[in-house]
Amino acid sequence: MNDRERVSVGSQSQTEDNLLHETQADSSAFSRASQWQLIRWRFLKHRVAVIALGVLALLYLCALFAEFVAPYDPRSIDSKYTHAPPQRIRILYNGQLSLPYVFPVVKGRDPQTLATQYTENTNAPSRLRLFARGDSYRLWGMLESDIHLFGVKNGRFMPFGGDAAGRDIFSRTIFGARLSLTIGLLGVFLALLLGILLGGISGYFGRTPDVLIQRLIETLRSIPTLPLWLALSVALPDHWSIPQRFIAITVVLSIVGWADLAREVRGKFMALREEGFVRAAELGGASTRRLIFSHMLPSFYSHIIAATTLSVPVMILGETTSSFLSLGLQAPAISWGVLLSDAQHFRVISQTPWFMIPGLFVVVTVLAFNFLGDGLRDAADPYAN
Amino acid sequence: MQGYIIRRLLYFIPTLILISIDSFAVIQAPPRDFVTTLVVQMEARGDQVDEDLINALRARYGLGKPLWQQYLIWIGNILIGDLGVSMAYNQPVSRIIMDRLPWSLLFSFSAFLIVYAIGFPIGFLSAVRQYSIADYFLTFVGFIGLAIPNFMLALILLWGHFEATGQALVGIFSVEYAVAPWSFGKFLDLLYHLWIPALIVGTAGTTGLIRIVRANLLDERKKPYVTAARAKGVSETRLILNYPVRLAINPVISNIGYVLLALISGEVITSIVIGLPTIGPVLLRALQTEDMYLAGSIVLILSVLTLVGTLVSNLLLAVIDPRIRHGV
Repeated sequence: MNDRERVSVGSQSQTEDNLLHETQADSSAFSRASQWQLIRWRFLKHRVAVIALGVLALLYLCALFAEFVAPYDPRSIDSKYTHAPPQRIRILYNGQLSLPYVFPVVKGRDPQTLATQYTENTNAPSRLRLFARGDSYRLWGMLESDIHLFGVKNGRFMPFGGDAAGRDIFSRTIFGARLSLTIGLLGVFLALLLGILLGGISGYFGRTPDVLIQRLIETLRSIPTLPLWLALSVALPDHWSIPQRFIAITVVLSIVGWADLAREVRGKFMALREEGFVRAAELGGASTRRLIFSHMLPSFYSHIIAATTLSVPVMILGETTSSFLSLGLQAPAISWGVLLSDAQHFRVISQTPWFMIPGLFVVVTVLAFNFLGDGLRDAADPYAN
Repeated sequence: MQGYIIRRLLYFIPTLILISIDSFAVIQAPPRDFVTTLVVQMEARGDQVDEDLINALRARYGLGKPLWQQYLIWIGNILIGDLGVSMAYNQPVSRIIMDRLPWSLLFSFSAFLIVYAIGFPIGFLSAVRQYSIADYFLTFVGFIGLAIPNFMLALILLWGHFEATGQALVGIFSVEYAVAPWSFGKFLDLLYHLWIPALIVGTAGTTGLIRIVRANLLDERKKPYVTAARAKGVSETRLILNYPVRLAINPVISNIGYVLLALISGEVITSIVIGLPTIGPVLLRALQTEDMYLAGSIVLILSVLTLVGTLVSNLLLAVIDPRIRHGV
């Protein structure tokens, strides 16, 4: 008894020792860590942002490997599945746990109203297979294969249902991610280049360049974005191919979008120009380039990162909205906005609510970018608090 | 102060000119010019194409002349109140816009009120009670509001309303009031039809405002002067209200222009989905039919309105913040 007590006391003091060591190690690790290491630590503590990063990584992976993830060719039409409702995955068979399976749906008519209706064929359960063989495809136009992430042998498995032409909405959503997700990143990249360049010139040098650039920024910012996007989309010739339209729309989005980033950058430059450490560096004989790139820019990376991450969803929403009105990307291009344009009217939605599912992806993506942006903003300023 | 106002007003002029050039670019944007489109559409309808009319139109808009001359003709006409003719509506553009603009303004103004009435208190609460359950909840709701595209929100609410009541909430009046003279009942009906779209349009602006208020207030609260005041024993309420709130109001005011933009974009798309008699659906139709004088005029008018809003917010900011009126 006594021995045990002593042992436990001993172990307790040992753990206290350990704790002490750990905290010491922690604080010295903290003071020795590079800024980027601190940023990483701090970011990892922001749990929502980490989850958001994970979600985005998953979405981008799906977009990258769309041919593999999507069980069907997004353009293959099948009259047996027009307006087919989403199918459920079942894991109970006759009250017993079983491997996931689905019941194939069969198109029929309501004997009374003669309306089309779908019934599940409960006699022919079809097991859900991973890495199943299906439509053949060429991944990125190169690797030929017919293996998909999942699939069924009998009939079709459409977790998000079918559209008006019987195409699989799940596959279309996965393929739609390609255009919808890249348009945001690419557009923001272009906007960021313009924004940092012009905002930097304006904020650092002041005087005439500032006045000119300010006019330009204010003009662009005072034009309501949506009408301008829509109007500029009309300018795209009808005969342009999907990639041409895609690039044109990205450019349109970034031409409208750079002004906000430039304004942000300009404001920061103007505020920092008055700061003591910048004055000190200037008096110490630092060159303009050194002042900008070594002293000023690093101190507002956080803001640039936050503003940039927060601009991505704006662009994604822009694409979605203009495609929804059939003025941005148009079928046969597949983007989330194009998919949502099938659900133009609330009566359509009350008949086939699953047409709105691609919209959920838009919401999740935009949310994730916003959370990520918040986490990055906190993390990029690791010395605060 | 006077110098600042005069400078701002002077800045206003080049911006106006840039905006007019931009709107003119919208008119010029389609690959075909206005009259060619008109001819194609008339032929498609099987109408007789009147050569004299076509030539008169070409002369009127100076088509065929160099672009800068066309621009001058266009801007000159606008200055005397002639915005051109819409071929889709077969009416002067100015009349179409005057019919619709009051509704757009009423609608945007309601949304504007909603944005500030909801956004500021929530942002304030969220910052003062940082990391509380209320903060997390409000921030989350705000994020959702920011993430749902306006048109989706409109569709979902219309759908919900349809499922709940069995009636379609489209347009600005119910059937029984549509042609009735003004009465209290009609006014209530208008309010009933207005609040859902106003709320939809307001969401993006509201959530943006919540974020701005919250972030600025949090920033201010961390500053040394707040710590100093706290150390001297100033009560928490006074501590917040006296200085940080005053300073956090600045970005709110300077964001009026931004909120207006969000409102106008939101108004356009929401009216299209709900079918309100505002500018939005006209713009869409004009763009779809390449009725470019109408589309260009709408872009011009919406831009000028936002520009005036931004100007007002700049002046307000100068009134409130002496650093701005004397600095820069």
